[in-house]
Amino acid sequence: MTRFNAFNLLKNAMSGHKNWTEQWPDSQPKSEYDVVIVGAGGHGLGAAYYLAKEHGITNIAVIDKGWLGGGNTGRNTTIIRSNYLYDESQRLFDHSVDLWQGLSQELNYNVMYSNRGCLMLAHTVHDVQSFKRHVHANRLNGVDNRWLTPEECKEYCPPINIAKDARYPVMGGALQERAGTARHDAVAWGYARGAAARGVDIIQNCAVTAIRRNAGGSVAGVETEKGFIKAKKVAVSASGHNSMVMATAGVRLPLESMPLQALVSEPVKPIFPCVVMSNAVHAYCSQSDKGELVIGSGTDQYVSYSQRGGLPLIEHTIAAISEVFPIFNRMRMLRKWGGITDNTPDRSPIIGKTPVQNLYVNCGWGTGGFKATPGSAHVFAYTIAKDEPHPINAPFTLERFRTGRLIDEAAAAAVAH
Amino acid sequence: MSQYRVSGRGRVDTSRAVTFTFDGKSYRGVQGDTVASALLANGVHLMGRSFKYHRPRGAIAAGSEEPNALIGTRRGAGRFEPNTRATVQEIWDGLETSSQNKFPSLKFDVGAVNDAAYMLFSAGFYYKTFMWPRSFWDKVYEPFIRAAAGLGVSPTEEDPDHYASRNLHCDVLIVGAGPTGLAAARAAAVEGLRVVLVDENAEAGGTLLSEPQARIDGKPAWDWLAAELEALKALGVKVMTRTTAIAYYHQNLIGLVEKLTDHLPKLPADTPRERLWRVRAKQVVLAQGALEKPLVFHGNDRPGVMLAGSAQTFLNRYGVLVGKRPVILTSHDAAWYAAFDLQDAGAQVQAIVDTRADVDALLLNEARARGIAVKLSHTATATSGRLRVSSLRINPVAGGTVGSGQEIRCDAVLMSGGWTPSLHLFSHTKGSLTWDDDRTTFLPNNTPEDCVIAGASRGLWGIEAALADGAEKGRAVVEALGKTGAQVAYAVEADRPGTGVSHKELPTDLSAGKAKAFVDFQNDVTAKDLRLAVREGMRSIEHVKRYTTNGMATDQGKMSNINGLNIASDALGKKQPQVGLTTFRPPYTPTSFGAFAGYHRGEHFEVTRKTDIDSWAEAKNAVFEPVGQWRRARYFPKPGEDMDAAVRRECAATRASVGIFDASTLGKIEVVGPDAVEFMNRMYTNPWTKLAPGRCRYGLLLGDDGYIRDDGVIGRMSEDRFHVTTTTGGAARVLNMMEDYLQTEWPDLNVWLTSTTEQWSTVALNGPDAAKLLAPFVEGVELTEETFPHMSCVECTVAGMPARLFRVSFTGEIGFEVNVPAHLGRKLWETLWDAGQQYGITAYGTETMHVLRAEKGYIIVGQDTDGTVTPYDCGMGWAVGKKKPDFVGMRGLARPDLQAKNRKQLVGLLTEDGSKLEEGAQIVFDPKQAIPMTMVGHVTSSYDIGTTDQPIALALVAGGHEKMGETVYIPMPDRTIAAKITSTVFVDPDNTRLKI
Repeated sequence: MTRFNAFNLLKNAMSGHKNWTEQWPDSQPKSEYDVVIVGAGGHGLGAAYYLAKEHGITNIAVIDKGWLGGGNTGRNTTIIRSNYLYDESQRLFDHSVDLWQGLSQELNYNVMYSNRGCLMLAHTVHDVQSFKRHVHANRLNGVDNRWLTPEECKEYCPPINIAKDARYPVMGGALQERAGTARHDAVAWGYARGAAARGVDIIQNCAVTAIRRNAGGSVAGVETEKGFIKAKKVAVSASGHNSMVMATAGVRLPLESMPLQALVSEPVKPIFPCVVMSNAVHAYCSQSDKGELVIGSGTDQYVSYSQRGGLPLIEHTIAAISEVFPIFNRMRMLRKWGGITDNTPDRSPIIGKTPVQNLYVNCGWGTGGFKATPGSAHVFAYTIAKDEPHPINAPFTLERFRTGRLIDEAAAAAVAH
Repeated sequence: MSQYRVSGRGRVDTSRAVTFTFDGKSYRGVQGDTVASALLANGVHLMGRSFKYHRPRGAIAAGSEEPNALIGTRRGAGRFEPNTRATVQEIWDGLETSSQNKFPSLKFDVGAVNDAAYMLFSAGFYYKTFMWPRSFWDKVYEPFIRAAAGLGVSPTEEDPDHYASRNLHCDVLIVGAGPTGLAAARAAAVEGLRVVLVDENAEAGGTLLSEPQARIDGKPAWDWLAAELEALKALGVKVMTRTTAIAYYHQNLIGLVEKLTDHLPKLPADTPRERLWRVRAKQVVLAQGALEKPLVFHGNDRPGVMLAGSAQTFLNRYGVLVGKRPVILTSHDAAWYAAFDLQDAGAQVQAIVDTRADVDALLLNEARARGIAVKLSHTATATSGRLRVSSLRINPVAGGTVGSGQEIRCDAVLMSGGWTPSLHLFSHTKGSLTWDDDRTTFLPNNTPEDCVIAGASRGLWGIEAALADGAEKGRAVVEALGKTGAQVAYAVEADRPGTGVSHKELPTDLSAGKAKAFVDFQNDVTAKDLRLAVREGMRSIEHVKRYTTNGMATDQGKMSNINGLNIASDALGKKQPQVGLTTFRPPYTPTSFGAFAGYHRGEHFEVTRKTDIDSWAEAKNAVFEPVGQWRRARYFPKPGEDMDAAVRRECAATRASVGIFDASTLGKIEVVGPDAVEFMNRMYTNPWTKLAPGRCRYGLLLGDDGYIRDDGVIGRMSEDRFHVTTTTGGAARVLNMMEDYLQTEWPDLNVWLTSTTEQWSTVALNGPDAAKLLAPFVEGVELTEETFPHMSCVECTVAGMPARLFRVSFTGEIGFEVNVPAHLGRKLWETLWDAGQQYGITAYGTETMHVLRAEKGYIIVGQDTDGTVTPYDCGMGWAVGKKKPDFVGMRGLARPDLQAKNRKQLVGLLTEDGSKLEEGAQIVFDPKQAIPMTMVGHVTSSYDIGTTDQPIALALVAGGHEKMGETVYIPMPDRTIAAKITSTVFVDPDNTRLKI
């Protein structure tokens, strides 16, 4: 693996970039692995990376039915933040934000993590109460998040309309300055390159058709389009299709798969300095380094595996953007797309063991999984390696839906996050 | 006439001059020109700068696929938009346009220094550097990269235009009004079918507009076109121009955007700028045609290098010669015809350079007849010229070897690499594609929608084939609708179908590292970049695209996808379908946000729901707050009062005499039917069987998880009829939930649900004088403790109006809620207001309502609960029917964690220092711990403006019910506040005030 740095870039430029090597090989499956990870998104590749790096397990295959990073890792709006309400969520997402800070250096791959700040706007008295609760809870947990007046919001992000006579006037906002964005593809590629360099096989375009179990019930391996692969442990992080993959092992997950749409505008010069989310009016926006406004809102309100989405939600999303940022009404939408999110009843993820021995799952991220990629991958790797959860993901069990010990960020945020 | 305008050519009106500006300089065009055609008529090719290298660029195409000629367009204040394609924007007197992404000027752009350092800026370079030192990414590198990227500038003013939307249902929607679409429309336009034909261009005709030489049914193409459009209109076909089919959704829902004013010199009054059409078509015919492919060679991006078909369009449609000494570079017959047309219009074609060894003899003869030099088996290896191409370097290719080059002086290079069917909308349907080796392109296969694709979109070239296929497909969709389509056949003369071959990049004698052969023009992606991406392990076309940004420009790959795929496939040594095609995504062309937002802007962003009494509150200078879609009076300040003063007065007056409150926004659902009581038993936690008609009860609704979702007082009006009230914000949610259960879980129940929120106006009277005030107006019931006790309801007459009267209290005082038909609300309110003057009646708003209820310990769902609170947590276990076999949430509520001891429970708090707590503040038991602290709850409600001696608060505290009298702590940024846990009831714990 050629190290990435300015010197090597210059050196290779001199030789017409002829000597760069492949970032990860196109691996074919071996007959047996210590760990098979289903799903080569950021979470799966990241888990492989940390298993190899921190737990010394390198006989790993990461298998995907498509190309790596082609699911929700490459379809989201790249918002990263940790100002969640509950202690459990704050610990998980803040662990992730901590890892994001140094991820480019860790992976020797510029994932462009940009601490540009995330501002969540309050438009009703209820919003104000709710966001202030977040601010207080975050403060006592040592998670940065502070309250801004409407004028301070405007100063932080000039395109915001703070007119008092707006349909839903801005009554303030909660700002997390450590929050930001990253380049989503680079995260998948960086982990893939890092994992491959440590011996992990990344097997693309090879759908896992079933998880096979031993007579005793524990995991035996996976059936794939390229045949059976034996595995001591199987870990599943297949986003929108988790429930289908896990069902083949007889594990029923409390998930609903719904389309989530996102869109970008044509690129323009810098106009939007941070991430702004408005739950009440319901849209969020940031500007990519390329200059496109990156926009999203909630899921379509029906269950589906089609990565398309409908028109009404897009109309509402754009209306919301024009409401909060009226100067953008003459901007143009360049492209919109959909991904399939897997949603739990409490809108918090499930990361941990399953009723099947040696089968692990990392799922239920709904609309908010990208931000958690490094943290989730890190604790998932720990869970797989040690067959017990890391303290950070210990509360995020599958069991909690039986006990009722929910981590209900949906109730806290009033909308998807 | 301008230098490059050809008299007698084109469909523009040369008698009508139009003046516009580009970068501050005034230019003259003619009526019918686009900005691009007008600039070209003035000999201006330099129209923009590229994204990364800031290379000078001109228009490469003549339509909406243009990647280079992007301009800012302005019409006075507020009406500016960046990144407009100069090839699409029609000109009008006074239009201001400007070039983008350059400093200080388009001709001299310092950003072009990037071009010199292009070796550094290879594909993915930014993933490999800018990592040290860590803090520099946000502070130094990223701002620099962001400033350099981004094409045009954002608008900075609010958009003064408005936008519209409409729904349209039709039998057949035809996308594309070229020969295919026209023929399909003619075949489908039979009695009783509603046919809609749309085209993104300013006029219908498609290819026919660029091929006037063709003759159809004996008529010149343009005469035939004019007659055909008239005939279609006469047959009732709705023909929509300047209308782009942007997206194809499930079940034949197609989004169209119609541009209504961008081409007009004067804005008509009351006309929207654009209109979004949501078309639900029974059948769809896609006839979007094909896009010409550029050739990939060193210097193929210089201004003056252009698609041959586009040059032909500029000449035949706009009467503009893009060059007087053009050279043709092609691998396809089509460009030969461009050469002939330009030569015939007065240009001196320097040569036709074709990569093929064999070309149709007819073409060779035609070229010879015109005296045009022909170079077969040649490649192009370079262009020269700074801001405009001045020569093309061509080399013979023999047996795979590139021979020595020769320069051809020229002022334009017209290239053609063949055609790519436009499969965009077809792909939106998730239609499958097959690879066609002969045409080196993907062709449509199957689609799950009721949709056919015809003409050049499925690889059929030429007008004759288009007409025939259009007619056939038109008849096919009519047949699918159970009718017989019109039999039409066309005789076409002077057609130019043509054939050709496809290339990856053209063979070159340059060293591979040196060639700048552009694939994605706008994003500056070269063949070399694509090969580098493959070398670095990017094997899927999606990876190649994302790594290099090929196809991610504002043309969304219309110019670059197939060339990119051919090069990547070659680098991988695989067939194209194994490498894959990137997904086509909506919209087909970039589409204004305004078109999607439509009417939903400003005050119409969402409907503002107002009660009948709202106008009274407004006249009394009430301050309002949004609650869901409603606006509600928050308080009624007297002159000089702030909110606290007003609320203090309103609270005191209500407890002292009588207050009047508009409760009309409360959700109301009529639950009716023989099984109404069973339905209520299953939905709500409470038992309803024994509730007698004429009585009401506080009802609690859980989610299936066992947590409180909503609450409200529910009256049993008769055996089979319940008047259910919900929270203001929860009304729609609760009705949806009820319908969901009724329709999916309990279809056996004979129950009807009707939202009656907007059928009733509700006036609440609260206070010791409430009964005295109301009694004289009530007919049908006496308001005494005996005849109408607390929690009664009755249908009666109040002040002569039919009413449903409830005796309920959300304040702890004697309370009534009078429901009258919605339009009588203000009348009732004013009647009571006037009569109440003798008691000093006071109007109060939501804030006072919040304070008074908190003093009495009544919860507000969503404020004192948050979706994690059970009935037991907030001390309302009494509302849960213990003997009921089932209710929504019963099973969830039985889960161990919901029965656990140390749950957060609703309690009252009184601060030790008498200060007011902040809502949302977090609670700890041990104030001395370090961060992160162990938090045990939070303050849900807090007021210091009510009728109690000291500020009160409600809070959720872990194990709170067992901790009465204990002290908890609220650490604030500046200090820690101590508070004592109390009961939630701060006023009249014995309910004596509820008695008349």
